Amino acid sequence: MLTKRIIPCLDVKNGRTVKGINFNNLRDAGDPVELAVRYANEGADELVFLDISATLEARTTLLKLVRAVAEKVTIPFTVGGGISSVADVSALLGAGADKVSINSSVVAKPELIDQLAANFGAQCLIVAIDSRTISGTPYVHTHGGSRRTHLKTIDWAKQVAERGAGEILLTSMDHDGTKSGFAVELTREISRNVKIPVIASGGGGLIEHFLDIFVAGYADAALAASIFHFKEIDIMELKNYLQANQIPIRL
Amino acid sequence: MTVVIIKYNAGNVQSLQFALHRLGVDPVITDDEWLIQKADKVIFPGQGEASSAMKYLRARNLDQLIIQLKQPVLGICLGMQLMCRFSEENNTQGLGIIDAEVKRFTGTIKIPHMGWNNVQHDASGLFSGVKENEYLYFVHSYYVNVCTSTIAKADYNKPFSAALRKNNFYAIQPHPEKSADGGMKILDNFLKI
Repeated sequence: MLTKRIIPCLDVKNGRTVKGINFNNLRDAGDPVELAVRYANEGADELVFLDISATLEARTTLLKLVRAVAEKVTIPFTVGGGISSVADVSALLGAGADKVSINSSVVAKPELIDQLAANFGAQCLIVAIDSRTISGTPYVHTHGGSRRTHLKTIDWAKQVAERGAGEILLTSMDHDGTKSGFAVELTREISRNVKIPVIASGGGGLIEHFLDIFVAGYADAALAASIFHFKEIDIMELKNYLQANQIPIRL
Repeated sequence: MTVVIIKYNAGNVQSLQFALHRLGVDPVITDDEWLIQKADKVIFPGQGEASSAMKYLRARNLDQLIIQLKQPVLGICLGMQLMCRFSEENNTQGLGIIDAEVKRFTGTIKIPHMGWNNVQHDASGLFSGVKENEYLYFVHSYYVNVCTSTIAKADYNKPFSAALRKNNFYAIQPHPEKSADGGMKILDNFLKI
């Protein structure tokens, strides 16, 4: 049976993790490689690295980091942030990333999804969608959520799936950072309307929220950052809880 | 021991290379006939689309080379599917090493089949020392039915082949190089055949 996936997200800037200072026993708490290995050992099913550096020089640092992670980590990992071309993706996959996550650039140029899928296959292509609800309707936002678009989240989700995305990473900005639970209704609507897997992100604060997003939200995977970084939730404890509640989980 | 990863137009072998490094092997990534012929072990990887991969292999006579190899060969993911007779993916004639057809998943399930799925195996050969019902990482939209060459099974809406074997040809649908300890054990077993 296919299991639901638990995916910690690491924000990196200039090759260092931005969060994650709360871990004990790490030689270097800001070292993404060490953190990644630790998450993998704790039972994470995949990892996402989100590069939030803004500079061009940082891309070289990022590629070095990707290579270092790939050398050490035996589970799949995704790299996102600032990817806008076939060449960007080629460099990241060549350095050892298993998947890339793209967001603003494909909103501006949707045919890039087709190009990337044709060049590298859907299996390595995650389209990240940042959604915020305005007057009752969820709309796609870009540039770290700072720019509203005219695209309805549901329409964009269907379009990216048709164009050849392998997965959707759906972040509800209305829930992100609140720790009050994932966007269950939105995730369910998206998940039921596309054939590809949907990763829910934003709002996970308690283990019950994960159960909820899998059962009621039809999510295929759930992603969270700070609750794992700050050990508010232990991955193994979470997975044991989910299994005890009949969710298929890799233990 | 020399291990060759066959170089062709189907995907990224970086993680596979790193996984072999962890097992103390430095693989050669090549499409050179002589290097492939004389290698102790050959790995036939693959991600992507079947027909363009087969076209590429035929154009370089790699199809003829692969089918006559005598040393242990391991096909991974698309590599496994290309070892079969036929794939529904753009109606592609495969290498025909294994007499099986590759079909597309259908039904209300999510496609690709992506993530960790438990695998039933008999704990021998490639799966020697691998935990019962071990979870391995899959990413694929096409599958091979359970057949006489099946050595491991998984279930996604229906049972399908997680691994196949025909003589010196081994084939595995999930990615052992991305499947944590269980996957590393499988690669290690292959290197020890």
